[in-house]
Amino acid sequence: MIGFVQNVRLWFAPQEVRREGNTPDYRFSLANERTFLAWLRTALALIGGGFAVDQFLPDLRWGWRVGLALALLAAGVLCSLRAVNHWVRCERAMRRGEDLPVSRFPALLSLVVAVVAVAMVVVVLVRWEG
Amino acid sequence: MNGADTRTDPERDPGLQPERTRLAWRRTTLSGTVSAVLAAKTALHGGPSPASLVVCALCCALWLGFLLVAHRRIRTLTSAGSASALAPRHATAAVLCTVAMAVCGAALVL
Repeated sequence: MIGFVQNVRLWFAPQEVRREGNTPDYRFSLANERTFLAWLRTALALIGGGFAVDQFLPDLRWGWRVGLALALLAAGVLCSLRAVNHWVRCERAMRRGEDLPVSRFPALLSLVVAVVAVAMVVVVLVRWEG
Repeated sequence: MNGADTRTDPERDPGLQPERTRLAWRRTTLSGTVSAVLAAKTALHGGPSPASLVVCALCCALWLGFLLVAHRRIRTLTSAGSASALAPRHATAAVLCTVAMAVCGAALVL
């Protein structure tokens, strides 16, 4: 948690990232930037999915609809914050010549998406039966 | 020339890396546009009220802010010879636009 707070400071202070270590090959920085953008697109897709659930599933009960929409929006927020945090960590690791940081987040997100998908299948099947 | 450092060699061919990064920014603005359109649809769904119009305008402003960040970055990437990495400030600005849009969404859904 303390590490996260220190990283938040770095998000707003470009000169502090640049202060330590060597500047890595430009190509590596650009690859890191593209990864960041890919995660940001994932976050935007989750947020768009939240809006879509609210708009295109009007038959769903209010609680389910709002709960699912809020869950997707929250996942989008988490994903975007984690994107910038991971980008800063990778950038710093490259400057210091350390190993790139490992992360549990992709596995976590996959599990959440899988659970949501299974839940949707169950919802569709139950309504089809009834 | 054996010990030429690739990091400082100005003759080094950057290849297609800036191009690919530029396209990645472009894709991301497209995703942002889709989200913004869905947000506007949600905001104006139940008929225009003052509150929903404000949230809709806010979402449009956030979308424009995101486009501005992307545009500046794309211009940096396409201008020849300037090999600069993404500044954390810009990354944070892009992420904050995304987060704010999600918060608007939460306000609209509830």
